[in-house]
Amino acid sequence: MDLAALQTIINAHRALPGAMLPTLHAIQDEMGYIPEQAVSLIASALNVSRAEVHGVISFYHHFRTAPPGRRVVEVCRAESCQAKGGRALEAHVKAQLGVDWHQTTNDGAFTLEPVYCLGNCACSPSLRIGDDVHGRVSSETFDALISEARVEA
Amino acid sequence: MSVKIYVPQDSGALSLGAERVAKAIAAEAQKRSLEIKLVRNGSRGMFWLEPLVEVHTAQGRIAYGPVQARDVADLFEAGFLEGKPHALALGPTEQIPFLAKQERLTFARVGITDPISLDDYAAQGGWQGLKQAATLAPAAIVKEVTDSGLRGRGGAAFPTGIKWNTVLGAQAGQKYIVCNADEGDSGTFSDRMLMEGDPYCLIEGMAIAGLAVGATQGYIYVRSEYPHAFKTLNATIAKARDAGWLGPDVAGSGKAFELEARLGAGAYICGEETALLESLEGKRGVVRAKPPLPALKGLFGQPTVVNNVMTLASVPIILAKGAAFYRDYGQGRSLGTLPFQLAGNLKHAGLVEKAFGLTLRELLYDYGGGSASGRPLRAVQVGGPLGAYVPEADFDTPLDYEAFAAKGAMVGHGGVVAFDDTVDMAAQARYAMEFCAAESCGKCTPCRIGSTRGVEVIDRIIDGTERTKNVELLKSLCDTMLAGSLCAHGGMTPYPVLSALNHFPSDFGV
Ligand SMILES: Cc1cc2nc3c(=O)[nH]c(=O)nc-3n(C[C@H](O)[C@H](O)[C@H](O)COP(=O)(O)O)c2cc1C
Ligand code: SF4
Ligand code: FES
Repeated sequence: MDLAALQTIINAHRALPGAMLPTLHAIQDEMGYIPEQAVSLIASALNVSRAEVHGVISFYHHFRTAPPGRRVVEVCRAESCQAKGGRALEAHVKAQLGVDWHQTTNDGAFTLEPVYCLGNCACSPSLRIGDDVHGRVSSETFDALISEARVEA
Repeated sequence: MSVKIYVPQDSGALSLGAERVAKAIAAEAQKRSLEIKLVRNGSRGMFWLEPLVEVHTAQGRIAYGPVQARDVADLFEAGFLEGKPHALALGPTEQIPFLAKQERLTFARVGITDPISLDDYAAQGGWQGLKQAATLAPAAIVKEVTDSGLRGRGGAAFPTGIKWNTVLGAQAGQKYIVCNADEGDSGTFSDRMLMEGDPYCLIEGMAIAGLAVGATQGYIYVRSEYPHAFKTLNATIAKARDAGWLGPDVAGSGKAFELEARLGAGAYICGEETALLESLEGKRGVVRAKPPLPALKGLFGQPTVVNNVMTLASVPIILAKGAAFYRDYGQGRSLGTLPFQLAGNLKHAGLVEKAFGLTLRELLYDYGGGSASGRPLRAVQVGGPLGAYVPEADFDTPLDYEAFAAKGAMVGHGGVVAFDDTVDMAAQARYAMEFCAAESCGKCTPCRIGSTRGVEVIDRIIDGTERTKNVELLKSLCDTMLAGSLCAHGGMTPYPVLSALNHFPSDFGV
């Protein structure tokens, strides 16, 4: 772990009012997750206890403490997507990737996460791969998306 | 003269391939040595037609959709640059009935302009409200908002002018405007569409709020599921500041207002205003007890206006055209317009801005076109995951805060999620409890523990284990959650659960 890089990110955000979330976002954007070593560095920079930093990280679904697969696949589980066959899509995605929620495929390509609405409810069912949202996803389009992403990933 | 072609960069349109369409159009034009100007607008909100491509012609804007990249060469061949016929042609955009029948005040510019362009914004009536506010005394701005009848669009429908007046009257060295852009409700996307499609409107509304209450710093708390909206806000805040609409001298008023967008981190409860403030302060998003009201002790303990995106984005037109203009729309105590969001199993899902007072049935059938599956609609959840399921018998209820409350339902943020007759309402009730448990902030027992118990009890009802006894248990559990929860997360989860049970008992085997 590159401690100097971590410290640089932390220093760049520490002066912001309410610096905790912007700092954690910046670290996760850069490293893909929040490494354990970041906790004490953040704690001393923001003058809070390490328990407090841990508490914040564990509270928010977005933050992860272990490296994810090369792509994160987030499938919407909320009502509008349910009304358009979302439950069947969830089952298909799990079967196709061979993992359950929060797990990573054996080849390290994909981590599967549930998400509760992507704001794409007029195009349900929806899912997100990396930063790209996809709408009106069928089993077939999912398979195509995933083979495309596997090549890129 | 180059032809203007519009391809939305709204993330809904992008989710359906708009980026590939834009690239294909640019490539095809180059191949044919045609000069075009590609404008990346917001979405018109007709998502069944997205990606919706528009061409500016002598007859105005002509729409084509839904367009895929593979259609592009064919469109050029058919002469779409002159608005000529094609299988995907939809005629003049503004005459498409779904759009023609709307009353777009808050969404006046969304889908029409380039969201990043300051020139477009100004040319389409932008900044008029802020210019007006810059000439008024703070109390006069607040009065205009109060007189407009505007109520909070985030869910609770609290009168905006009264909230602002409390913050105006508070004595403090620092006050804040916080925009709640957490939009966690399933079936809602109006905040996202506006932030991506007309961000200056929100920026203008926040600057007006700052002048009105004497706040010099604003934050927009955007959910992390909205990376495009966040990027668009960052780009436009910087441009607005350079142009003098934000910064040390807002619109020549001599007063300062700075603005910053912040990202949430995937916690539904951070949409609740006090949890949101905790989160902005860098803490766990745990709900605070009220009082004190955020208006008096909000962000960093200072007087704070917390308003939803739609609320703040409605303010510019109120200042520009006057309170009387705005309150002329709507009925009873639900004044103005609401951007409704049609989602779920509807043929024509999308954004419908209308004055309050139309019925749910009109929304579902006249705009939504009925179910997408062709099967009968059976249940409609209005107002997000904490909103009741409305049965067909109540579809004629007018969309009005009080009329919905009288039916034990809520309008909330205006999300409408339709289900056809394949829906299993016991599964929906179970999901409501499961969601409550997953997103509980953990502060109070009825919500944290009650929701987990609720899932177990519903499972037993579904299994047929001591059904009568467990139905009674579910009802009393709901009573406990209703009465004993600190906030509406635990306090309103019983609405979807009990409405499912009461209106659709056969799905529970009773
Ligand atoms: C569980 C829960 C979630 C909420 N989520 C949101 C939200 O995503 N966006 C929002 O504007 N208000 C949300 N609210 C309402 C806010 O607490 C608050 O009423 C609102 O931000 C005030 O702004 P307004 O008066 O403009 O509506 C939520 C409330 C609760 C209890
Ligand atoms: S009702 Fe639930 S979300 Fe609201 S304060 Fe209590 S535990 Fe937190
Ligand atoms: S419910 Fe799935 S995107 Fe909103």
